Amino acid sequence: MSKFPKFLMATAVATLTAAPAIAEKLGLGRAATDGEVAAWNLDVFPDGSNLPEGSGDVLTGETVFSENCASCHGEFAEGVDNWPKLAGGDGSLADEDPLKTVGSYWPYLSTTFDYVRRSMPFGSAQTLSDDDVYAIVAYILYSNYLVDEDFTLSKDTFLEVEMPNADGFIVDDRAETEYGSFTNRCMSDCKPGPVEITRNVVFKGDPNAGADADEVQTTAPATTDEAAAPAGDEAPKAVAFDADLAEKGEKVFKKCKACHKVGEGAQNGVGPVLNGVWERTAGAVDGFKYSKPMMAAGEGGLVWDTESLSGYLANPRNYLKGNKMTFAGLKKEADIEAVLEFLKSHSQ
Amino acid sequence: MSDSSTKTGASRRAFLKGAAATGAALGAAGAARAEDDPLITEVQDWASGFGDGVDATPYGLPIEYEDDVVRRTVEWLTADTISSINFTPIHALDGTITPQGCAFERHHSGAISLRKEDYRLMINGLVDTPLVFSYQDLERFPRVTRTFFLECAANTGMEWAGAQLNGAQYTHGMIHNMEYTGVTLRTLLEEAGLTAAGDLAGKWVYVEGADASSNGRSIPIEKALDDCMVAFKANGEALRMEHGYPVRLVVPGWEGNMWVKWLRRIEVMDKPVESREETSKYTDTLADGTSRKWTWTMDAKSIITSPSPQMPITHGKGPLVITGLAWSGNGAITAVDVSLDGGVTWQEARLAEPGKPMALSRFYLDIDWDGSEMFLQSRAMDASGYVQPTKAQLRDVRGLNSIYHNNGIQTWHVNANGEANNVEVS
Repeated sequence: MSKFPKFLMATAVATLTAAPAIAEKLGLGRAATDGEVAAWNLDVFPDGSNLPEGSGDVLTGETVFSENCASCHGEFAEGVDNWPKLAGGDGSLADEDPLKTVGSYWPYLSTTFDYVRRSMPFGSAQTLSDDDVYAIVAYILYSNYLVDEDFTLSKDTFLEVEMPNADGFIVDDRAETEYGSFTNRCMSDCKPGPVEITRNVVFKGDPNAGADADEVQTTAPATTDEAAAPAGDEAPKAVAFDADLAEKGEKVFKKCKACHKVGEGAQNGVGPVLNGVWERTAGAVDGFKYSKPMMAAGEGGLVWDTESLSGYLANPRNYLKGNKMTFAGLKKEADIEAVLEFLKSHSQ
Repeated sequence: MSDSSTKTGASRRAFLKGAAATGAALGAAGAARAEDDPLITEVQDWASGFGDGVDATPYGLPIEYEDDVVRRTVEWLTADTISSINFTPIHALDGTITPQGCAFERHHSGAISLRKEDYRLMINGLVDTPLVFSYQDLERFPRVTRTFFLECAANTGMEWAGAQLNGAQYTHGMIHNMEYTGVTLRTLLEEAGLTAAGDLAGKWVYVEGADASSNGRSIPIEKALDDCMVAFKANGEALRMEHGYPVRLVVPGWEGNMWVKWLRRIEVMDKPVESREETSKYTDTLADGTSRKWTWTMDAKSIITSPSPQMPITHGKGPLVITGLAWSGNGAITAVDVSLDGGVTWQEARLAEPGKPMALSRFYLDIDWDGSEMFLQSRAMDASGYVQPTKAQLRDVRGLNSIYHNNGIQTWHVNANGEANNVEVS
């Protein structure tokens, strides 16, 4: 608090002294029950206070992490695509492009525990047991070489963990290092002129247009040659679809495309590539590491059609327990219908 | 450029003379016209038939001709659209109030749909009686209405590395300014009673949202008792879902991440939580790898919204309105200066109205553009005496690895055709 902006501190103190701490009460609201406070007050502090009972070890954590976190954060917490990397970056904070992870940047272990417990997995927050949270955090620490593989995290071992960047933070010092020097309101001859451009804009047009669109078109192989189709492609299917509805579905698909790729040249990402998904057996894309339940469902004869995809997309978690798609589901039937049409259009 | 700068503020007579000359050259305003304008001489459909009846649109949207004035995201900035941002079309707006429908969004786990009937607000921790309020309870407390800007700490963050995105919407659009109605946080804290907290010095409140991101921030109790609001209306109507319907926190002048949406819990504490959003994010790494934390205040900043890359000059030389926005988390804007030559000379712009503390100010500079290239810059001054710094000044102190709190002076290069581009200058 020592760095609280001076002017504000002055106002605040004035306000505090001008008005009594206890004003007249209106008697609105009701007393919170102990159970309600316990349900919502999950704060964990840097000193470990308010940690729940329970524990989790690194090996258990590896399994739980693989099932719940690896689809975005990678099997070794190294991050997939644009999703956060949780490990690595040690000693990189002063580099040109620092890598900020739990190991390299986060000052307190309590923050990791609190965040995993309350906000993860993405799309299915607050579904993990406290033991699983302990195990996941233990595994993240192990991935950062901060604990050994036989480590078990609990409220008793919590303070044994040393976070490398614990002393890497200072309280806002702009009042001392900046405010005093940012006061010169020069009006003329402020610098030698005329000025010159030192840097031009990097993304000149619409930032969503795709800077290399032209290039991609000119370098893409000619598509007239049927033999150019990727090896192992199934025989061409002819799936009827409604083009207008498919277009609507493309918009809905924005919710999916962070993880799933479609279209020419699409590959597996966080989720399997969806070209040809229509009437395909579940769990059948080469090179994608499916969850065990998804593989089992495929072996059991699950095929992606209107009925199965509608059910799956409405509630992925419930439709196939233990599958790794961390998506809350599409609430509107019209959205599901449209996105199915879109997927059909990519199954030709 | 010196020509055009010295002309500014010249007599109305000189202004009109300049306009007439341009008009003659372009065959437009102010000059004699050879032919009658059919839009005037012929009876138009709209002057003869009916328009829409009332209730054609029970809740009106902007007319179709304005359908490009919308929020826009930049797809590749984030991994997905659920934890992502988009930008207010500040380039196309004027005045100071941001319409809710185009005010930028930032979600950490998507915008949730929460009914008033299902809304609960808990106050717990070091209070005399932990309380739970319904939405209806909040409406029965004495109410206040105040206007404040909200700026994301990462606004202009892309520009640390150089001139990146081409448009005021993208470089400075993570800001909005609304008139909020609600209850002061102080009123609610006093209803729960602060005797249990003892000496308030060094105490904190932790505020938390109801969505799956559980966004939570620690705020010094001095700020909580000073000017924070628990708001349920913005610009006269209910908050939009994307801005935290039915209830959000308002933390005037401080970074947007602290304005917790779908506010569900306020806890009085004797120490900060050190949550994810106040340690791993929203902290500012300096050149030596040390990072600043608790950098809550948004320092004075300004941006010319037009002309700008999305708002080129299309009318040729002559009268030109240069306009933009200025704001400061340290108090009211007292003045804004504009430079046409990249910061060599400056002239004071006109504020649309006197600056209000921690709210957007609109500025105008009316010039007679001579058609030569310009390096447009604006510079804000606030009540604390702070003068908005250049990017170079900020980099000198902080290095190049910051993401948040970039309030450096922006430059638009306007060429003789009136097209504008984002640049940095010597």
